[in-house]
Order: sequence, then C-alpha cells, then structure tokens
Amino acid sequence: MLDDAMAPPPAPLLSVRGLKVHFPIRQGVFQRQVGAVRAVDGVSFDIGRAETLGLVGESGCGKSTTGLALTGLVPLTDGEVTFDGARVGSETGRDLARFRQRMQIVFQDPFSSLNPRQRVRDILRAPLEIHRIGTTAERREAVFAMMNRVGLRPDQAENYPHQFSGGQRQRIGIARALMLNPDVIICDEPVSALDVSVQAQILNLLEDLQDELGVAFLFISHDLGVVEHISNRVAVMYLGKIVEMARREALFAAPAHPYSELLLGSTPSLDPRRRHRFSAGFEDVPSATAKPSGCAFRTRCPLADERCRAEEPALSPRADGRLLACHHR
Amino acid sequence: MSGAALSEGAAGTASAPAPAIEVSGMRIRIALGDTSFTVVDDMSFAVAPGETLCIVGESGCGKSMTALALLRLLPQGARIDRGAIRLGETDILELGERAVEDLRGNRIAMIFQEPLTALNPVMTVGAQIAEAVARHRGGTRRKAWAAAVEALRGVQMPDAERRAKQYPHELSGGMRQRAMIALALCCAPSVIVADEPTTALDVTVQAQILGLMADLQRRSGTALLLITHDLSVVAETADRVIVMYAGRRVEEAGITDLFDEPLHPYTRGLMGAIPRGAAAGKRLTDIPGTVPALWDLPAGCAFAPRCPLATPRCKIERPPLEEHRPGHFAACWEIDHAG
Repeated sequence: MLDDAMAPPPAPLLSVRGLKVHFPIRQGVFQRQVGAVRAVDGVSFDIGRAETLGLVGESGCGKSTTGLALTGLVPLTDGEVTFDGARVGSETGRDLARFRQRMQIVFQDPFSSLNPRQRVRDILRAPLEIHRIGTTAERREAVFAMMNRVGLRPDQAENYPHQFSGGQRQRIGIARALMLNPDVIICDEPVSALDVSVQAQILNLLEDLQDELGVAFLFISHDLGVVEHISNRVAVMYLGKIVEMARREALFAAPAHPYSELLLGSTPSLDPRRRHRFSAGFEDVPSATAKPSGCAFRTRCPLADERCRAEEPALSPRADGRLLACHHR
Repeated sequence: MSGAALSEGAAGTASAPAPAIEVSGMRIRIALGDTSFTVVDDMSFAVAPGETLCIVGESGCGKSMTALALLRLLPQGARIDRGAIRLGETDILELGERAVEDLRGNRIAMIFQEPLTALNPVMTVGAQIAEAVARHRGGTRRKAWAAAVEALRGVQMPDAERRAKQYPHELSGGMRQRAMIALALCCAPSVIVADEPTTALDVTVQAQILGLMADLQRRSGTALLLITHDLSVVAETADRVIVMYAGRRVEEAGITDLFDEPLHPYTRGLMGAIPRGAAAGKRLTDIPGTVPALWDLPAGCAFAPRCPLATPRCKIERPPLEEHRPGHFAACWEIDHAG
C-alpha cells in the first residue's frame, strides 16, 4: 500500500515529529536535578490508516515510553504529534477527550492492566461511560457485541479477570481498547506474556480486527519474529532513537544499520541444520543514563571510527526508500 | 521405555556411554488441602555426557517441576511418588537431605531463569561462588576465592577480579546470568539443569549466553538438560528433544527428526504458531482453546479437546508413547492418518 518508508500516504493518520521524553535524575537532600535519562530522544514517524508500524528494540531503548507518551500516560518533554491533520497537545477538555477516544492502548501484562475487582462487563462499559456514549441498554448491547467480536462468550460478562486465562484476559484488554472504535491502537508488547499457541490466536485476532475495522497499530515488541509477522513497516530503536525504518520485507531481507544486523543475527533460527555459532564474548551494553557521544551504537559497532564518536548520524532517506542513521551505510 | 531417551545411534552399541543422569517412570504429585493431582507423569529420559536434551512445552506442562525434581528442590506440597532418578550410580530419591546437599552444586547444578532472584542479594557474587567451592571442595578461604574468580573468568566475565567483589544488583542482566553459570560450573558438575536460562534476556545477550553455554559444554563434556518454551532455542541447542503437554511426554525425537517431521499434532501446532519470516503476513495456525487445568484433565488424550484430528477414541483412551520412526516417539492414535 505504501511505497516508501517515510512519507507514506499524502496525509498520515498519526504523525510524530521530534518526540522526546526525558526523566530527571535527582540527588541529594534537596533533590536537585543532576541529569536526565533521555528515554526517548527525538523520534519521528508516521502511521497511515489501517497500517501497522512495528517498533522494535531491546529493553531500555525507549519503545514502550514512546507508546506511553503518545497516549498521554507520561508527559512529553518535547515534540509534535499530529492526529488526522490536527495538532495534539494544545487541546483541553472536549478536544482532548475526543482525541483520546481515537487512540487507545493495549498493555503487555493482561494480569496487572485489568482491575481485579471489576467484572468484565464493567471493564468494557467504562470507556463508554467516561465518554458518555449510548444509553444503558445500548452500552449493554455494545459490550456483548464486542465480547463476541474478540472471541469471548457473552455469558462470561459477569466474571472477574482472575477467572480467565492469560489469552482470554488479553482479549478483554483488546476489547476494552476497541470499545470506542479508535483509529489507532498502541499495542505495547501485547503477546509477550502469552504462550506461543495463544500468542498466535491473539496475533490472528489483531489482524482480523484490522481488516474489518481499518484500525492502525503501533506495534511495540522486542520479538523480531512477531514484528516481522504483523508489520507493514518497521522502525528499529536503539537508546532512545530510531536507527532504521523500512518496509518489513526490505528490513528483514537486508538490514542496513549495524544494530539491525546484530538484532537479526542474534535471533535463534528454527532450523537445526543452520545453527548460528553465537559468540560467547561479553559485550558491554550502554544504557540511556550513560549514552555514548556521537552515534550511540558506536561502542558495539564493528564499523565505528572517529567520525562516529564525534558526530551523531541523522536519520536520512536512502535510495531504496529506507531511513537510516549511520555514517557508513 | 527409557531406551527412548538414549541419543540416536547410541542405543544398542556396546560403546554407548553410561548416561550422566537417568530418570525412569517419574511421577510428581501436588497436594493442595484435601485434593491432590498429578503434575508430571511417566517421565523417563537419560542424558549422556556432552549431550543436550531439551524439554519444551508451554506454561503448566510440568517442565519446570521436572527440572526441580532432579535436584530434589520441589516446592512444598509437591512430591515424587513413583520412579527413580539415577545420577551416575546414585539414586537421588534414596538419599537423605544431607546427602542431597552434597550433590547439589557439586555433581548436579542448576541455572535458573531469573538470576536476580536466584542469587543471594546480600552476598557478593564472588563470595557466593567461593562458598559453594568451600562447601564441596574444602580448602582455605583464599583458595576458594581464587577458584571463584577463576570461575568468573571461565564464563568470560569482564574484569573478573573486580566483579567478584560486587553484589548481584550492581551487575547487568547478562553479567548476572554469567555469574550464575559460573556458580553452577564452579565444582565441575556432571549434569547441568538449565530452566529457561535466557528467557529474561534481550536477544543480543541471549545469543552470547547460548554461545557461552555451548562453548563450556564442548570443553567440559557436561550433560545438559535445557528446559525452555522457545522452539528456536531448542533448534539452536538440542541433540534430542522431549515435547511435554499437560504433564506428559507427547513426543520425543532427535533434533533434526523433530523439526523435519514433527509427528504429534501438538508439536505441529506449536511449529505453525511461531511467527516466522517465510510465512510473514500469512495467517498463523493457532491452537484453539487453552491448556487444560492439571486437576481437571480429560480422561483420554489431554490434547484431544484442542486437536484437529481427535476421534471419539482419543477422548476415552490415552495413547501411549510409541516409537513410530527409529528413535522417534509420539503419543497419538492418529499419527498414521495424519499424513
């Protein structure tokens, strides 16, 4: 559907520019700010309607914080978010409520993200009540219809979360996100806590919902197999920045950034005849609190030289349409 | 039945090495208040020196219980009420608690999933390893400490001397897992049981730890029992594989046989459920439903309620684990109809 990596459709549904989330580091009796963790440090991307953008990286790379910042669950330090042509962030009251209706989130842990003291029907009805949608009878109907839609039985509406398995709980989480008929759902590691057979059920469900409802996903995951399966385009994050963004096929066929290469090369294969011979060597992995100067990946990069130490490479378009932040590729 | 567990080609040859560990007909039951139920049943396998046996399955299949049983570390309420576990010539189930402690960390050691909870938070990693060395090898404190630093070097811990004096929380996840491997290896055990050793790690660190474990095993000839939910970790490491479902073995085979031609519908389902490159964008074959509760298992085959091939017979009669191809075992009535 989209022809190149960065500027997909003429007017993207969601457009993020220069997103930054910094957390202060405080010390001493007076809790003076002595520094900042630059968890997300200038991230830009677009998502089109009914599109899935995969956001992949290892722990601490800022991928989850990106999702939380977009939904307003952590404050932005800087950056611009445009949703369906309108700038987000300046609105209050009703406009903000309307925006929130259109962007929802599904969390990783279906155990801690559902209130254990609420019945499923109350969990699913809450978004409608908050946004004052429908009459009591209509809300009831909407809850039953949505339960059917995500593969739960309406007679389970009276049950509490603990009476469901992990996969069913994730279905409840997805149903809750869909109640307001959003345009975008941030999926933050939605299948990471699930067994592989159940994970497949949930991935299939998400794809069906996208086909039927035209909802777009920002799909955040550490699992390259899952991201490859579900994404149209993929952004690879390292220490708060996107280092490569490309169409799914392009990225997985030929990763261009040395970090993308390392990620793909570290993923175990499913073919016992073609085992990797992984190196046992220790590698020091920097964190967002102590980022290297210049290119953050240079301390682990086989191509790194003086320039990488001195100058941070910008994310820029390449001939094949991908975006890349590397001096050497 | 325990012949099932010997590595391919080894069965029947005179020079087959004696297994480092052999489990036969083990059953584990859990008592909860007035009720009790079986969590692992009819478990048999053997692991030869230098061999890697993987046990793979989803949560609740009994794989971790099996691992803990080998070190007699089962939680309260769980006990082995049938079978035998032989470590070399010793039957572990016959030993008193004190004698088991002599074995643990010495002849058989364990690597856990989460080093932050498995390591003692108020002892430096060097002191923990030195303690194990002193317990099993005796000698002076100085010698034990030197052995601890040596063990950390052995797992390629950078700056081992300094790291030995640090506490677990001061180390990164990858370093902690290296420290736990050093702790497991410090007394040169003949068997290592690793329960999801890389599950909590990032993929680039997982690759290093898998590489390290392969290196160490090549050098030491230790028998490795690796418990995992991840078939790609199995594909990278195993010589032989046992697939578990609801407390029982449903399939057992050499590594290439299992991936070339999985026989059990559950194994086939698992393989189809993994999102992978070749099939990217294609629909995954999901296995409908969920794993049954162990206290409420169906009468026949435990997989029957989720199985596309299930017949009325499957719901009544449990299929035995049988050899369908040389060295390739499965517990299913419908294998020859599966095509």
